[in-house]
Amino acid sequence: MNTLVYDGTFEGLLTAVFEIYERKLYPVKLLKGEWRSGALFEEIIPIVTDEARAGRVLKGLRKKLSAAGVQRLYISHMAEIAGEDCNVLGFIRHVFDSDQNIEEDYGNKYVMRLSEILKMVRREKHRMEAFVRFQKLNDGTFYAAIEPDFNVLPLLIKHFKSRYADQKWMIYDVKRAYGLYYDLHDTQFIEMDFAELNKPINVIAAYSEDEGVYQNLWKDYFASLYIPSRKNTGLHIRHIPKRYWRHLTEKI
Amino acid sequence: MNVDRITEKLNILADAAKYDVSCASSGSDRKNKDKGLGNASNGICHSYTEDGRCVSLLKILLTNHCIFDCAYCVSRKNNDIKRAAFTVQEVVDLTINFYRRNYIEGLFLSSGIFKNADYTMERLVHVAKKLRTEHNFNGYIHLKSIPGANAELMHEAGLYADRLSVNLEMPTEAGLKLLAPDKNRQDMIDPMRFLNQEIIRNTEEKKLFKNAPIFAPAGQSTQVIVGATPESDQQVLQSADYFYKSFNLKRVYYSGYVPVLADKRLPALNTAVPLVRENRLYQADWLMRFYGFHVNEIVNNQNPLLDLDIDPKLSWAIRNMYAFPIDINKADLQLILRVPGIGLLSAQKIVAARKFSGLGWEQLKKIGVAINRARYFITCKSNEFERRDLTGQNIKQFIMAQSQSKYIKNTQTQLNLF
Ligand code: SF4
Repeated sequence: MNTLVYDGTFEGLLTAVFEIYERKLYPVKLLKGEWRSGALFEEIIPIVTDEARAGRVLKGLRKKLSAAGVQRLYISHMAEIAGEDCNVLGFIRHVFDSDQNIEEDYGNKYVMRLSEILKMVRREKHRMEAFVRFQKLNDGTFYAAIEPDFNVLPLLIKHFKSRYADQKWMIYDVKRAYGLYYDLHDTQFIEMDFAELNKPINVIAAYSEDEGVYQNLWKDYFASLYIPSRKNTGLHIRHIPKRYWRHLTEKI
Repeated sequence: MNVDRITEKLNILADAAKYDVSCASSGSDRKNKDKGLGNASNGICHSYTEDGRCVSLLKILLTNHCIFDCAYCVSRKNNDIKRAAFTVQEVVDLTINFYRRNYIEGLFLSSGIFKNADYTMERLVHVAKKLRTEHNFNGYIHLKSIPGANAELMHEAGLYADRLSVNLEMPTEAGLKLLAPDKNRQDMIDPMRFLNQEIIRNTEEKKLFKNAPIFAPAGQSTQVIVGATPESDQQVLQSADYFYKSFNLKRVYYSGYVPVLADKRLPALNTAVPLVRENRLYQADWLMRFYGFHVNEIVNNQNPLLDLDIDPKLSWAIRNMYAFPIDINKADLQLILRVPGIGLLSAQKIVAARKFSGLGWEQLKKIGVAINRARYFITCKSNEFERRDLTGQNIKQFIMAQSQSKYIKNTQTQLNLF
């Protein structure tokens, strides 16, 4: 077993693929993280991300996959689901080992797995588009905190940018400690020490005057929609899993 | 802003609107223009009520004052309830502020009839116009058309709204006469016909002139209440089929009657809401719209009622055992779609994947096929298949015994089908 350690980026992964093919490594295991020399693993191969090598692999993939196929591969990796690197790698091998485009070969376990990963990531992306709750701060910025299971913030840019073009907004991933900020022109990623602002008291102090009013109106509205004779708690929770509740105005 | 007063109005006018089941906010393709607010592109459910229904729009009545006296409706003239009315500006402010916080996809505005149809419709149109022209709001707007309003108003409504709906309320004319004596079927059909013609004309215009204004891009829908009158599922679905075909409706919504009023023409107050039946109607509706089923294959004179125990596709399959088993690796997509346990996406995946290699049970399972149902109706790349000569009844019993608990869970959702 050869263990490759790379930096977690997509370029890093592609560089690793280059090494695997060039050095005919098999079987292999991919790990994200810093390379530590240690007696524990004997066969550790540190991968230094190399744009040229990554570029060659990417070019190869582009030849054998549609643009959407390459995009899907990228998203699967970016979502950072623990332990999925070997499946992403298996998929890439299958691509290179076949003469035809294998994107729809759902009988193959790697193609199937990639399609499952994508489904999970898309679902979470979609849920974030639904469950983001902005709060208006007194400088006019609309602020939302999220805690998705997967790293989907980069996938949200397009949606929110084309929706909220005339208001400044920020969506902050509390778990991964970075956010997305739109300043009426562009979006950019930001990292901030939000430890202070996240204390409820500070957030409320930063509210715009009518923020509380609309939060209450929304809660009221939500409550008055409920038809008790149709109560179905199971379905309710399936649609809005509890882990999302702490950021949902109507559920706090 | 008088917060208490607005809160009270919202409570009253949301409460009165909640029985209208249409909720969709998709089917439009309105873009954000000139850096304005919002777009109406992909229909998002922003929350779910404790009864599991999706919340995607601010769904309210402009007023619950009404000159009519429909027996099934809480806003009816002779019901002793609190009345309220929003001003146009109040509705606009609520919509914008909810939208900016990402609570909603847009507005669904309906109304009791105050004064007369035109007067009411004019106000609904005014709200939509203000949102579009003064606030550059591009979110979703669904307006309820008030039966009997004049054509000019209907036309204007279509210029600002994404979807328009005229509720049929009762599946048959007789049902309507009984429960809504002030209403008349023709007043509902006329605007549907008018809207259909306008939508068709607009589509033609769009082909010729890029800048032709858009008109109700998400089309029109309607709602029928089931279980308030004794119509059979056959009558309900045939009527839906007729409206789909004649007026190009985007959706027919089936609303299981919630007993809210004591009236000798209506089911008693403690009658259960027909949730399972409602779900079966939605499933049947899907079969008609997406699975290529003819309405008569689902319900007919021999089978006027949908089977409450099993979904309508399975029910059709066990009545038509001669059509099975089908070979998953060879059959046309249309046939695969008819197999119980195989949904639209799985069917498409099967057809794509089998080009690479023949599919066996394991792979079908991975693709998302519900094997416990499908296995009675298909063969695949495997020697294992149901060899026993089972009758449709046997199969029904096997499947029900196996999936009892799952069925009960699944019966209350509109969307999670097959
Ligand atoms: S016209 Fe509409 S609001 Fe008025 S009573 Fe009939 S259903 Fe209710």
